[in-house]
Parts: sequence; C-alpha cells; structure tokens
Amino acid sequence: MTEFLQLIVSGVAVGGVYALIALGFVLIFKATSIINFATGEFIMIGAYVFYSATVVMGGPAVLGLLSVLGFAALVGLVTERLILRHMLGQPIISIVMVTIGISSILNGLADLIWGSDFRNFLPIFPRSPIIVGEIIIRTNIFYGFLVAGIVVSIFALLFKYAKVGVAMRATAGDQMAAFSMGINVKSMFTLSWALGAIAAFVGGVIIANISGVHPSLAHVGLKIFPVVILGGLDSIGGAVLGGFIVGIVENLAGGYLENYLSGGVRDVAPFVVLMLILLVRPYGLFGKEEIERL
Amino acid sequence: MRIGDYKETYASDEAVFRTPTSRFWLGVLFVLLLIFPFVVSDYLLYMANMVGVAVVAAVGLNILTGSSGQISLGHAAFVGIGAYTSAILTTRLNLPFLLCLPLSGFSAALLGMVVGGPSLRMKGLYTCIATLGAQVIFEFIFMNWSSLTGGIRGINLPAPTFFGVALDNEFKFYWVTLVVVVICVTAARNLFRTRVGRAFIAIRDRDISAQLMGINLFKYKLYAFAVSSFMAGMAGCLWVNFLKTVTPEHFPLSESIRFLAMIIVGGLGSILGSIFGAIFMTVIPEALKNLMGLLVETYPEAMSYLFPLKQLIFGLLIVAFLVFEPHGLAAIWRRVKDYFRLWPFTH
Repeated sequence: MTEFLQLIVSGVAVGGVYALIALGFVLIFKATSIINFATGEFIMIGAYVFYSATVVMGGPAVLGLLSVLGFAALVGLVTERLILRHMLGQPIISIVMVTIGISSILNGLADLIWGSDFRNFLPIFPRSPIIVGEIIIRTNIFYGFLVAGIVVSIFALLFKYAKVGVAMRATAGDQMAAFSMGINVKSMFTLSWALGAIAAFVGGVIIANISGVHPSLAHVGLKIFPVVILGGLDSIGGAVLGGFIVGIVENLAGGYLENYLSGGVRDVAPFVVLMLILLVRPYGLFGKEEIERL
Repeated sequence: MRIGDYKETYASDEAVFRTPTSRFWLGVLFVLLLIFPFVVSDYLLYMANMVGVAVVAAVGLNILTGSSGQISLGHAAFVGIGAYTSAILTTRLNLPFLLCLPLSGFSAALLGMVVGGPSLRMKGLYTCIATLGAQVIFEFIFMNWSSLTGGIRGINLPAPTFFGVALDNEFKFYWVTLVVVVICVTAARNLFRTRVGRAFIAIRDRDISAQLMGINLFKYKLYAFAVSSFMAGMAGCLWVNFLKTVTPEHFPLSESIRFLAMIIVGGLGSILGSIFGAIFMTVIPEALKNLMGLLVETYPEAMSYLFPLKQLIFGLLIVAFLVFEPHGLAAIWRRVKDYFRLWPFTH
C-alpha cells in the first residue's frame, strides 16, 4: 500500500510538470490550430539556457529563471513570426512537418552549441527529502511541482482576469469575431507562441533539475501527446488533468510492470492508454467534437 | 502551367504516358538503370540499393499521406514489421526470399489495418498522433519481445538466394531492388487510374463530400493503410535482406520522420515526387558525411559536427521546402520540363 501511495504521489508530482508543458502546447493549439512538434526541443533548450546562465555564467537561480523566460519568449516569437506566419491556411501535413523541421533545426543548433554531454545544475533546493508518513518525496520533485503549480496558476489567472488573457480566449473561440471586436489576432498568435514556449522552457528547467541536462530531454516532448490527447487538444483543464493521469500511469507502470517487462515500459504505457482512449473517444476526454459543414 | 494540355478522349486523359517523348525518355532512363551497375563502384551500388528501398517505402507513404491525406508518423514501424517478418521467416522457417517478400508485405498490411482501423473515427491530427502511438508501441515490441525479435541484439540472417543464386553483394542485389522498385512504382501509378485511387484522392480533398458521393470512408481508409503498409513491409524485407541484420534501433521515430520528409521534399501526392524525395533524402546525408570526411584532414574535429549538422540541414530543408516550394521537387521538375518543352516561346 505504501508503495502504491508512493508511486501515486511521485506520479502526481511529475504530472504537474507535464501539465505545465501541456498547457503551453494547448495554448498554441487553441489560438493557432498548430500542434507543436518542437515542444520537446523547447524543453531541452530551456534546460540548457538555465544551465548556461547559472552554471557557466555563475548567476543566481533567479537570474537563470529570468533569462529562461526572456529566451523562451524570444524563441516563441521568432518561430511564429519567421516561419509559422507563412504557414497560415496550409494543410495539416505541412504544418506538422514544419514544426518537425523546426524541432530538427533546434536539435542541431543545441548540439552544436552545448554538445551532447550529460550535465547537472548546481543544487538549488535543500537536499534532505520531505517525508510525509511513510512516503518520501525528493525535494527536487516536490519544489518542481510547486514551481509548476505556481506557473500554471499564473497562466490561469492571466486568462481569467487580464485583458490580454480574455483577448486570447476570444481569439481561440472565434477568430473573425475577435478580429471585428478590435483584437489584433496576429499579435495574439505571436503571444500564444511566446507563452507556450515559456511553459515548455520552464517545464524543461524543472525536469532537468530532477533528471539532469541532456539532449534526450527532447524525448519528454513525445509524452506531451498522450497528455494532450487524454485531455482533448483544445481543453486547457483537460491538459492539466491529462498531465496528472499520464504522470500517475507512467509511475504505476514503472513500479509494477518493470519487473515483468523491461525498463521502457514506463515510457510506452502512456501511449497504450492514448490508443485506448482514442478508440473509445476519438476527440480525447474533454476535446470538442467538431461539427463539420460542407 | 503547361500550354496545349488538352485531350479529346478519356483514354488520352487516363494515359500513363502522355506523349511519345515521355515514353522515349523513360526508355532511356530504363536503359541507363540497366547499364548503371556495370559501370559504377560498389559504394554507389550500395547507395543505389538504399535509395531503392527508400523509394518503395516513400511511394507507400505517399499513397497514404500524400494522396489519401492520412498523416502517418509510424511508417518506419511498418518497414520494421516487414523487416522482422522476413528475418523471422528466413531464420526460423527457412522460407525462400521470393516468398518472404510478399509475406512481409502482407504482415505489415495486416498490422497497418489494425492501426488504421480506429482511424475511421479520427481525423487529421488525431490520426497523426495515433500513428505516433503505434510507432512507439511497435518500437517497444521490437525491443522487448526477445523470444521473437531477438531483443536488442536483433536477428542476423544469411544472404538471400534466388533460384540457387546467392544475392550476396551489392551488384546482385541491385537487380532485385530494381525489379521491386519498378513493380511498386508501376502499381502505384496505375492505382490512381482506378476507382480505389480516385477514392483516396476524394477522401483527401474532402472526406464528407467523398462519403456523400458513395465512397465508403472506412473501407477506403483501411485500403489506404493496407496498401501503404504493404509497400513499407516490402521495403523492410528488401532492407533486411540487403543489410542481413535487423535491430530495433533501425526503425525509430526519426526514421518515420525521414520518410515524411522525403515525400514533402519530393512532392505530396506525386509518385515522381516520392522517387525524387527518396533519392534526395538518402543522398544528401551521405554527401554531407563524405564532405566532412574530406574536411577531417584540415579540421580533425569535423566529424563531431556531422550529426548536429545533419539534423540542422535536415530541418532547414523541410522548412525551406514547405515555405518556398510546397509542391516539392516534382514541381521544380515540371517547371524545368515545361521550360524546355515550350522553349523558345515560354510566354
């Protein structure tokens, strides 16, 4: 029972980070109908930027976080303005492939700049684990969850109350209507890319703080697909819930099945769940079923 | 835009070769392909075989993605299924190569239909992600079903024999590859002159309209998955018999993406485009490798930049083609052709 609880708790903690990244992903999708296959690379580069700012330059963690935020906004902005703006109205396959192309470019650039060695951040949080009853939580995971939670809450408040957040929701809801209400739809596209990139970058820093900095961080980007499909591509609440579900599924599969199957099972289990969900509900758990007219 | 592109009969509209000239040049190409292995080095023959495998796989993917509009991120997994089927049938049951070839295709087609089946209810991005799931799951199966696939060590197999002749070098295998490529390309070209092929295109252009016109979406989407996976399976069989080894690492997601890149760069929905794309995406990385090999003498660390540069150029190519030439090499080829055809009256 303790083991079960332990797995659930770590699942929820990791799931919080997935929820954050998925939030950024869904944000971009809702506003621009683009699914961003470069999310994994955003995650990886976020970790590298933090590494450069804190370890290489020797700055404090706050400065690291600020540079991550700035860099994320820049990358999101440049990607949208330079490449994706030209792809408006193109077929899905082109848009999918262009983000895959971007992911390959970012991957190559990151490899050229930072190399492929395994690196670690300086310890940011106290090392002694947090113990609740019989459950042990590593501090990096615990504080990572906290940071993710704070960022998700900021995003939620932004959408609910800030004028720009309302404008973004309006754009996501109906572009024409938003346009006629005087909202600058194009700058909303740019803004959602910037915010989406920020979510992924910060998520990358949190994950790298748990597992180290390495090019394979980009593979975490793949896990975002089960997360967002579980929730439905266009549901922010669904993305957050999906994050927790995938975190828990992954940990349970890792804990209970790893002895029978091999180590890769924790990475595959979310995809098995994904396939099952798609079989029953082709639009995800909370996705909006599109009604098409000719 | 081609001028004078008018037809008076349905037969001429459906003709594979529009003009005697195109028939002539195709003949020339065929003769060149027959002479090719006698004049080039083993290295170029090796490349030719790899290109051939890529062509078969890319033509298959283009039928599914380019012509039927179902984006597949799992094509490499089906190539892998073909490769493993062939390897297992050869080593366990000692089946001849000639029998393994269609059987690999059929096993990939069967699994392709299993993956494609649920796709009736899904569309666009959801199908795309479902095939991504299939890719991840099949990769896991290749890796972990050790009793069947040999796990991480994979399977080694002997050189295939063809009526007693061992196809053990690049030269001999070239002929097999060539025949399979010609069959697959011809079959794909003719597919789009039939009801099935036209139905694929109708589904891609607007699935609801297609349904209204009496096309059974489920049936034809399933066909598309089956045909595409069948070709992937054949490509896998060729691949494994040429390299004589198969491991799970040969069929990662990046390989699926490479196949997609081939049809993007070549031209979506164009058979000629699949061929161009397959050649392009196989030759470019190899050329880059050779270039780096030359640079090693002056810059000893040049090789360490090979992998990131490969990725960078790969990504730039995809993005550049999508932004500047969305119809790919096939469109460039058509423009060049038209230029010469209409010269000197281009306007």
